[in-house]
Amino acid sequence: MFTSVDDVSARLAETGYLASPAVATTVFLADRLGKPLLVEGPAGVGKTELAKAVAQVAGARLVRLQCYEGVDESRALYEWNHAKQLLRISAGRDESWDETRTDIFSEEFLLPRPLLTAIRGDEPTVLLIDETDKADVEMEGLLLEVLSDFQITVPELGTVAATRRPFVVLTSNAGRELSEALRRRCLFLHIGFPEEELERRIVRLKVPGLGAALTESVVRVVGALRAMDLRKVPSVAETIDWARTLLALGADTLDETVVRDSLGVILKHQDDIQKAAAKLDLDAL
Amino acid sequence: MTAVAEQITGLVGALRGHGVRIGTGETVDAARAVEALGLADRERLREGLAATLLHGPAQRAVFDPVFDLYFPRGVGGPDGESGDREAVRDRLAEALAADDRAMMARLAVDAVDALGGYGSSPGSDGWSAYQTLDRLRPQTLLARVRTDVRGRDGSGAGFADRLLDDEIRRRIEEFRRMVGAEARRRVAERRGRDEIARRGVVPTADRVDFLFANRDQLAELRRAVQPLARKLATRLAARRRRAARGTVDLRRTLRSSLSTGGVPMRPVLRRRRPVRPELVLLCDVSGSVSGFSDFTMLLVQALHDQFSKVRVFAFVNRLDEVTGLLHHGRADPEGLGTRIHAEATLTGWHGSSDYGVALGEFAARYGDAVGPRTTVFVLGDARTNMSDPNLAAVREVAGRARRVYWLNPEPRDRWGTGDSAAPAYAELVEMHECRTARQLSALIARLLPV
Repeated sequence: MFTSVDDVSARLAETGYLASPAVATTVFLADRLGKPLLVEGPAGVGKTELAKAVAQVAGARLVRLQCYEGVDESRALYEWNHAKQLLRISAGRDESWDETRTDIFSEEFLLPRPLLTAIRGDEPTVLLIDETDKADVEMEGLLLEVLSDFQITVPELGTVAATRRPFVVLTSNAGRELSEALRRRCLFLHIGFPEEELERRIVRLKVPGLGAALTESVVRVVGALRAMDLRKVPSVAETIDWARTLLALGADTLDETVVRDSLGVILKHQDDIQKAAAKLDLDAL
Repeated sequence: MTAVAEQITGLVGALRGHGVRIGTGETVDAARAVEALGLADRERLREGLAATLLHGPAQRAVFDPVFDLYFPRGVGGPDGESGDREAVRDRLAEALAADDRAMMARLAVDAVDALGGYGSSPGSDGWSAYQTLDRLRPQTLLARVRTDVRGRDGSGAGFADRLLDDEIRRRIEEFRRMVGAEARRRVAERRGRDEIARRGVVPTADRVDFLFANRDQLAELRRAVQPLARKLATRLAARRRRAARGTVDLRRTLRSSLSTGGVPMRPVLRRRRPVRPELVLLCDVSGSVSGFSDFTMLLVQALHDQFSKVRVFAFVNRLDEVTGLLHHGRADPEGLGTRIHAEATLTGWHGSSDYGVALGEFAARYGDAVGPRTTVFVLGDARTNMSDPNLAAVREVAGRARRVYWLNPEPRDRWGTGDSAAPAYAELVEMHECRTARQLSALIARLLPV
């Protein structure tokens, strides 16, 4: 898919995703080694965006499995279409039992769910397993076969192996510790908060109307807030939101009034706002 | 074996020595990654190896210094003349003002070469980051860099300008880290990198001895409380699930067997009533072990929804309940220790710890906190300063509680030395050595009632 690490950065940038060197290198390796990519990091640093950008770059179909508590085999892998099977049985009344039995467990009656869809397709596919940590531990067991051998075993049909390996991205907020077995099958990428320079470029790209000096100040203030011990530190998504807010407010420089009025955009807890106000020498709120 | 393969296996070996679990498969992947990336770009190589070998963000802190040793930036000293102290300081001030990382890295090399060397005979000489930083004193450049930056921007009146000091401090901190890495590299060239990788790299926070942890490491531990609690909660829930289906309920099995003609076709398992256990924590918060008890208290507090009731008591030589303080302490874990000392009555006539009096006071005043469903954890080093250990009180509490565990932050071979009453207490209650956060989490996952 990619020829070099620089190729990854350049092509991701075309879609509007600015990758740090770590991200570009790891995406390149995941493609080259044919291994799934496990992406961890705080909320709002672009984990899901990465998968979307890769799909766009590769011209691939994006298959997404959103994990939640209680997601199971029939939601993730496949399900038999019971209603259709019943119809088939009642339609073929004169058939012998053996004929019917072999018939109703065929591909026609199989409802593929995301994992099976991703495995069976012939076109290039990016499989995104989002928020893996939200799923139960049992779900990880299901994923192991898919992730290591890119195949799925359906007891009635046999094993379905991928004709073309999908590019797999798993994301996690580290809400729960994922098992060693799952981690060992993946390349591990931790996306943290970007360096100042990269974040400036991101803001310039996403909010082009904002002046250079203001962009610089925004990134510096957010950087300072991240160094503080807050309940929820602002992420890249918040930086962009804030930049958009400032643009909408028509501010051309940061000053105390503007910051005080818009601090709620980047900080989501009242005690965080108070702490930040003290740190930034704003007057009492 | 080629040189690169040797480097990779050496790196893997060193990481394993620091507790990172890496299988052969990952090593092979790492080698394939090196093949795909080539050796030209060192930072890419670093990211590639990290992606293949590591499994979690916490391991990165160990990985980076070890990588610097096995894939060093270069060999030997700097190419040109490194200059004297003043010259290095001048250039450093410039680099800090411009936030020029590449220049800072070069200066770290020069600084260690010019200022860090000690000793002259082979075997006793080396390079010291401490000595370099002590002579260079980068922290004193703050004012100068600030004026520099202000002068360059011209205005100096922007809003973000008030953050300048912190930013410069962060840059200086970064430079100190670079000097540390450089000094390790130079020493490794002389002494062999395997040894330096084993001894010279700071272990991850969860493997640091509680009794020797410095302030930064304790702060890092406190930050790790929430993720650790989540991890433990998952493990406790799994244990609870497993425990929930266990023994056969004979009466209900026989009753249901009537429908199959008296043949018990389907065993009925005993349903467990979801009883959440109670927990009592007795914490020695005297200076010697306070890091350990603070951390444990926060951890247990973070786990509070796993229990129907958690009560926490702190003592030095008097004992007082601090459950309420801890509850509010979640917002400000740093100040927890100070607040406990300020607001609870922990000392009587003197300031040194006295287990006998404190345990006696617990049995007398708060005896009703302990019932047949209560598990009691005592946290402390059992050093009674030569006073009476009051074994009767411990026996009384142990008799009343469901279980009593004692977690001791001292290494096992020091129990019973000097004024330690550990062996005497260990005869009455189960005592475990608990020196690091890693040991603590393993113990909690195993010992906590479900």
